[in-house]
Amino acid sequence: MAGTKSIDPAALEMLEVAQAAGLDTAFDRAERVKPCPIGSEGACCKICFMGPCRLVGKVTEGVCGATLATVAARNFARMVAGGASAHSDHGRDLAFTLIAVAKGEGQGYQIRDVAKLYAVAEYMGIPTTGRTKEEIALDVGTKALEQFGQQRGEIIYTKRATAKRQQRWRELGLMPRGVDREVVETLHRTHEGVDLDPENILDQAMRTALADGWGGSMLATDLSDILFGTPTPLQTKANLGVLKDDEVNIIIHGHEPTLSEMIVVATQDPELIEYAKSKGAKGINLAGICCTSNEILMRHGIPPAGNFLHQELAVMTGAVEAMVVDVQCIMQALASLAQNFHTELITTSPKAKIPGAIHMEFDEHRALDSAKAIVRRAIDNYPNRGKTHIPGFTNDVVAGFSHEYLRYMQGGYYRGSFRPLNDAIIAGRIRGLAGVVGCNNARVPQDEGIINTIRELIRNDVLVVVTGCAAHASGKHGYLSPEMMMNAGPGLREVCEAIGIPPVLHLGSCVDNSRILTVLTQVATEGGVGQDIDEIPAVGICPEYMCEKAIAIGTYAVASGIYTLFGVESPVAASEEVTRLISEGWEKKVGGKLEFYPDWNDIVRKSLEHIDKKRAALGLVEYDPTRYGQSGDLPLAAFFALPPEERNLYSRKAYVQG
Amino acid sequence: MSRYIATRALRGANLIVNEFDALLQKALQELGPDKEIKFTNTAYYLPTILGYTGIEVSNIGGLKPVLEHCRTLLHGLPSNKTWLPYLGETLDAGVATLLAEEGIMGIRFAYGLEPQKMPGLELTGSSAPGPGYLNGPIDDIQLRSWGIQLVDGRMPGFAALIGCAKTNQAAVEIVRQLQQRNILIFLSGNVNGRSVIHQLMEEGVEMGYDTYIVPFGLDTISTVYPMGFATRSALTFGGMKGGQAREILLYNKYRVFAFALALGEVDDLKYATAAGAITYGFPVLADTVIPEIRPTGITQYEHVISMPWDDIEGETDAEKAARFVQRAIEVRGVKIKITEVPIPVPYGSAFEGERVRKEDMRIEFGGKYSRAFEYLRMVDLDEVEDHKIELIGPDFSDVPVGGAMDLGIVVEVAGRKMQEDFEPVLERQIHYFINGASGIQHIGQRDIAWIRINKAAVDKGFNLKHFGEILYARLHSDFGAIVDKVQVKIITDPDVHAEWLAKARVAYDYRNKRLSEMTDESVEEFYSCTLCQSFAPDHVCVISPERLGLCGAYNWLDCKASHQINPTGPNQPIAKGRAIDEWRGVFENVNAFVQQASHGSVQSVTMYSIMETPMTSCGCFECIMMILPLCNGFMIVSREDPSMTPAGMTFSTLAGMAGGGLQTPGVMGHGKYFIVSRKFIRADGGLKRIVWMSSFLKETMAEELKEAAIRAGDPDLIDKIADERVATTEEEVLAYLEQVGHPALAMEPLM
Repeated sequence: MAGTKSIDPAALEMLEVAQAAGLDTAFDRAERVKPCPIGSEGACCKICFMGPCRLVGKVTEGVCGATLATVAARNFARMVAGGASAHSDHGRDLAFTLIAVAKGEGQGYQIRDVAKLYAVAEYMGIPTTGRTKEEIALDVGTKALEQFGQQRGEIIYTKRATAKRQQRWRELGLMPRGVDREVVETLHRTHEGVDLDPENILDQAMRTALADGWGGSMLATDLSDILFGTPTPLQTKANLGVLKDDEVNIIIHGHEPTLSEMIVVATQDPELIEYAKSKGAKGINLAGICCTSNEILMRHGIPPAGNFLHQELAVMTGAVEAMVVDVQCIMQALASLAQNFHTELITTSPKAKIPGAIHMEFDEHRALDSAKAIVRRAIDNYPNRGKTHIPGFTNDVVAGFSHEYLRYMQGGYYRGSFRPLNDAIIAGRIRGLAGVVGCNNARVPQDEGIINTIRELIRNDVLVVVTGCAAHASGKHGYLSPEMMMNAGPGLREVCEAIGIPPVLHLGSCVDNSRILTVLTQVATEGGVGQDIDEIPAVGICPEYMCEKAIAIGTYAVASGIYTLFGVESPVAASEEVTRLISEGWEKKVGGKLEFYPDWNDIVRKSLEHIDKKRAALGLVEYDPTRYGQSGDLPLAAFFALPPEERNLYSRKAYVQG
Repeated sequence: MSRYIATRALRGANLIVNEFDALLQKALQELGPDKEIKFTNTAYYLPTILGYTGIEVSNIGGLKPVLEHCRTLLHGLPSNKTWLPYLGETLDAGVATLLAEEGIMGIRFAYGLEPQKMPGLELTGSSAPGPGYLNGPIDDIQLRSWGIQLVDGRMPGFAALIGCAKTNQAAVEIVRQLQQRNILIFLSGNVNGRSVIHQLMEEGVEMGYDTYIVPFGLDTISTVYPMGFATRSALTFGGMKGGQAREILLYNKYRVFAFALALGEVDDLKYATAAGAITYGFPVLADTVIPEIRPTGITQYEHVISMPWDDIEGETDAEKAARFVQRAIEVRGVKIKITEVPIPVPYGSAFEGERVRKEDMRIEFGGKYSRAFEYLRMVDLDEVEDHKIELIGPDFSDVPVGGAMDLGIVVEVAGRKMQEDFEPVLERQIHYFINGASGIQHIGQRDIAWIRINKAAVDKGFNLKHFGEILYARLHSDFGAIVDKVQVKIITDPDVHAEWLAKARVAYDYRNKRLSEMTDESVEEFYSCTLCQSFAPDHVCVISPERLGLCGAYNWLDCKASHQINPTGPNQPIAKGRAIDEWRGVFENVNAFVQQASHGSVQSVTMYSIMETPMTSCGCFECIMMILPLCNGFMIVSREDPSMTPAGMTFSTLAGMAGGGLQTPGVMGHGKYFIVSRKFIRADGGLKRIVWMSSFLKETMAEELKEAAIRAGDPDLIDKIADERVATTEEEVLAYLEQVGHPALAMEPLM
């Protein structure tokens, strides 16, 4: 039954290995552990101990009288609060790191991108002239930190949204005041017996999500860029085949870049490389899983070994000396799985410990020392390696598209802008934009929804940007290589060829979904395709969502104006009212809506319908797949095939049909 | 981009930057870092470098930071597999290419190798050091004198032709097509040693500023000169400063309609240079097979178009050239209105500057040996039969080759909106209209008109009635809003000639009188002129009967007529309203208008003063006036005068202070004829305040100046005014003034 578990050949191979060895994985557990049918649809209320109440069948209200809609809305809002907390706590830690670096207490770190520091300082209204970068960084870090504890006013980055959007948030009372305040308020309002109006609860869910997208996440992205550099494109490979049989393999897994950045430095340390050689290895090979992988992929070209559902499979190769984890999306099963191999599971965050793992606490004040100790431990483990099985699958990847680079690539240092992209949308070369983001979910075949959706979108001339585990999926299946433009529609292919990009752009980790907000705002500001995000022919898609973070991201996307489609099943399916509120209800308020379609075919169809509807509303030409595609190198293949001296320079007709 | 183009451009860029590096090291060693670098008569240093980087290169050593900057803009070539994006990188490399090319040109100037030699070449109008030279960079004077035509759309833009056309005939036809559309033609580059410049020379095409064809140099590197021209138009007319690269480039994208025609095989350096040109928003059209780049954005329409010559529809090179140029114009988005003039020779403003030499002449009218006049009058609608063109008298077939003949051109127009005041406005156009025909030369006006027709035009069938056809077509197309019917009499019969000449002279006298009576007080309305806002967005001219536009091309009557023709156009009536200060020329409504039309950047305009809130300038001024504090007066330098002025700056440098819509007391651009107006800086003391003036003005306006001096009560005043022949520093001016007893010294202190 392996075929229904994943569409990734590397995963299928490893699942056979697992089966042969009698090892258990999430793929198997998903079959054994059926989802609770009541909880999965949002109909279970376990907020107080008169319950838990199961609002199914004839039961339409709980002991306290809470309706199904109230229960589903409360569950939903709590998911948003959980997700927002995860992203935001990540952002907060980066602010602490930046402050430490500014004070000269961040061992091994530096302010890598001064231009970005200046840009961020400008967003924050922090003076820069005549000040050292450390002084500025201290103020930026402090201001960033304030965003979490702020009680009144508006989160500072919301002013990066279009004026129209800000106005709408203010009028609707959705403007987030402070990250922690919104999360706390959501938890309070969803406590037993507080906010019992589903619509009011869901409004607060939006406000909390905005505090994530335009607060915690956006700060996490910006502060990471300042500290570790703003990504620019680089090449690498993806999938389990990046593990090496003859080198010390270290996998970093989780979400934060702080530790992984230092591990990158440590693995390049000549002394440690020598040490690895002394243990019989040819070198040290670093690879990643989940978003911490995206962070170091975008900045250093460290190859990703895979996405969420690859974490156990990686261990099962037997080739991993250490799997170093920080926070989020780390399966507890890793600890017991690792017992079967020489692999050491090393936890590093005081916030995230796992029974059975080795804990080596990471301290950003002694970052490099911590990282070196971890790498050294991995090297020490190399001689313990047993039989290995590394599946030989990789694909070429180009990653590293920060919004700064997106601007640059469309005109260079002097003329960078979003004009070419907007022009392409206006002309219909690009039908629209789609962000395909989010997780793997063991309940649906790994990567199937993600890859099929992306394949169909680019075939229909929709430019796709990806983050998170969807980005890994794209990379593993070759969608991040520029050659993939051959499978794009003719207009999109032409644009890809003009710029030199793949039709699917890797924008980063899941906190980097904030980059999508920035990009869309810049598209709106550039002009011609709407004055606000909700007018742009664009959709957000999360085909295989799994965690609360995805729900938070989906919600801030909607509140920012994006039509957002999720796969799997709806977590509020039990309540028609909530289903309607987050769809039509939110669309009336904020222009975006949240919908759930288990079948990716529906996601593609609805996305294209929406894009065409938005095109029509803007008065743009109707999308026509046959109109473009004549330019570029591709049509001249016959011409270039000849040696230069045999080419007839004065006739194209001799080589090109039509 | 395409990966192919990116690869070639990046390769070309890396090579040329290395070449620049090597040449710079050599020059540093041989000439030393302090050796001066200077392009022909420009205030903008090496203008492309200035525009992109703000670096003011004035010597060899000054190129070092430019080279360093070039290096930061270079990138490696895209790989064959899993390549990284290349568009932004290629455009940056294109910029590096332009900077390196201009740096190389600067060094070549220092070595005395630019402008390049080209034996046998003779340009009509150029910045070249003499015959036998290519033009090299266009100087600031020529840039400014083309300014008004560039802004009012008469000259839609420029085409840079790089390389060598498939055949000589193709080269000529492409150039003719561009000339007919009044597009400036810039030539550079070669293919295997042969350049489009050779082709045009071999075909006897007249080149030079006067025919809108500028041959810069035989190599690709010379293509940087057009880019410098484009940069300077943003600096000159757009009021931008060096280093405002993005603004300068966008200004060019949106306002300067230029494109490149790559003729013949495109090599690495041409691709690299083209990448630089694309940053200005200038698209490239090739007559060979190259990959196309059609998605838009950096340029307004397609970036690169390939139109291989053999594939272009058409039997002849002429037909192919027409389609080729038409496509180029579409790609650039240039809006060009061509008036079809049914005459047997090519027609367009580019031919206005053509001369007819004595030895090429078939016949002349006027001049030394005969008398010619032209007279336009309005008559009642029913007295005009539209498109009636009469030849009264014999044609010139009996006049020997090279001979002369009397001629009268009488144009009668009628129209419901026509006014008597517009007669001289329309009559003045006869000069431009007739001059547009290739092979015809027109000089002068009224009864001092002088027309020559060359042999080639007559061979093609040009006859006297064609003058009528030209005037009929152009008056309808340009003045259709006020002219409904036009008839033309071409008079060679001696009796009729004498009769109409007498009538015309009565009319000339009447108009002179009317014009001299027309004062600022005698009218209720002034006119605005915001024609140049397409180039200088904050500048507004206020034009009154006694103060013509600073470009010299628009007087009050022109504006009035223009307003009739296009009621929502750039010339709007401004009811003067209450005079805040009549003597100084400050009017309530004028101020209100200027505030609004300058988008708030100018609050008040004093019409008759240079010292208090003077009128701003675009960049097309004929003259610049500037205070000389030591001399208690002002100097006036004319656009034609390249010499050093007592202000310590040449015209070009001064122009940077006066232009761009900036209001600077003590500095002002103005039209030549304002000097002889009664209102000329009346508030500051009038003509008597002028202590220095370019001799060019003294000579070309001798009579008018004399009259104005008499009116000012000092008949010898003009001789008391210093010029560049006696003084080029303020101290020298002062000494001269004291020597001749100039009245300014006795006037109340200016400051």
